[in-house]
Amino acid sequence: MVTTTALEAELLELAGAVPDPELPVLTLRELGVVRGVRLRGADAVEVDLTPTYTGCPAVEAMSLDIERVLREHGMREVTVRRVLAPAWSTDDITDEGRRKLREFGIAPPRTTRDTGPVALRLGPTHVGTGMAEQTADPDPVRCPHCGSAETELLSRFSSTACKALRRCLLCSEPFDHFKEL
Amino acid sequence: MTATVSASAALALGDDALVLSHRLGEWAGHAPVLEEEVALANIALDLLGQARVLLSMAGDEDELAYLREERAFRNLQLVEQPGGDFAHTIARQLYFSTYQHLLYADLAAGDGPFAPLAAKAVKEVAYHRDHAEQWTLRLGDGTDVSHERMRLACAELWRFTGEMFQPVEGLDADWAGMEQAWLESIGAVLGRATLSVPEGPRTGAWSAGAGRQGLHTESFGRMLAEMQHLHRSHPGASW
Repeated sequence: MVTTTALEAELLELAGAVPDPELPVLTLRELGVVRGVRLRGADAVEVDLTPTYTGCPAVEAMSLDIERVLREHGMREVTVRRVLAPAWSTDDITDEGRRKLREFGIAPPRTTRDTGPVALRLGPTHVGTGMAEQTADPDPVRCPHCGSAETELLSRFSSTACKALRRCLLCSEPFDHFKEL
Repeated sequence: MTATVSASAALALGDDALVLSHRLGEWAGHAPVLEEEVALANIALDLLGQARVLLSMAGDEDELAYLREERAFRNLQLVEQPGGDFAHTIARQLYFSTYQHLLYADLAAGDGPFAPLAAKAVKEVAYHRDHAEQWTLRLGDGTDVSHERMRLACAELWRFTGEMFQPVEGLDADWAGMEQAWLESIGAVLGRATLSVPEGPRTGAWSAGAGRQGLHTESFGRMLAEMQHLHRSHPGASW
């Protein structure tokens, strides 16, 4: 059992309240990337941060933001450690985080049953199959704008590696989907 | 399995990821559609992230990437092959991501020094493999032109695929089992894409494990010149 002091809990709260640099509607706690905070003396602290994707370029900005916030709170020495195990999963995004993503216009990830992408059997000449895909999938990606379950995949990779680009077949709006990982 | 990192294994895996990442980055500004431009750049970014972790296990990532000569690189010859037309890039992706997914899954199941990275990266690579499979289906089972180009690309890169299953020093993996699984997976995808599995040897005496031994093909030197030029001309440059 890891015991946490009151100060550590307070610092964890502060580090977790830092907004994600790419999705500022989410905090790092809601994204599930702050793994722990350990005091290393009266005013020195170590923070464990895990990247969403191995190559996520936002990790450096997150580290700098955490260092700044904890220094402002009286810490003289802040070390942000990058930890890989256990691997981050979109299941680590909190319910509150999922709600905020949807409000921001991004379809939140579905809870993963297994690991990796959901296997789809798509036709060879078109990347999305609309209704066919929806009926085949008991847990479809819903449009964050109108809530429709009738959406199609436009591209497996969107503005960042963690998102796919989809389009709603009902309201015709394109939208990002936070891919299950 | 030992917990000490084998530098040669870290270099082999790290160089595969680094070199393919650079090759995919060459599509920036040239991809057939905007979505594909973004997809290839995102795959390249995933691979670059893996390369940074792996090369850091072997030494200083910048020195290793920017200051080594061609003969010191340990990547497979497959990943250094030029992008060619889009079909060649997809064939290279199909062959490599299928291999990398099998290898990372195998390493993730163990308790060696590469297990944490492999457990994370295997989920990213699953998307790379899916991307390559879907494009193989679309091009192979597409028009006469796309079918012929995809057939040619798969055939031309076939001779670089045997090297993937030469055991890597310091990596405890089931190479024979992986090769069998790779052949089955590739055969199934090509079949669904109305393509045949290429004929001809998957390796030769001249190329068996050659990339892993530091022997590379002609275009690799030119790729390295472009990749390393800025850092060598302006050491420590940043922006």
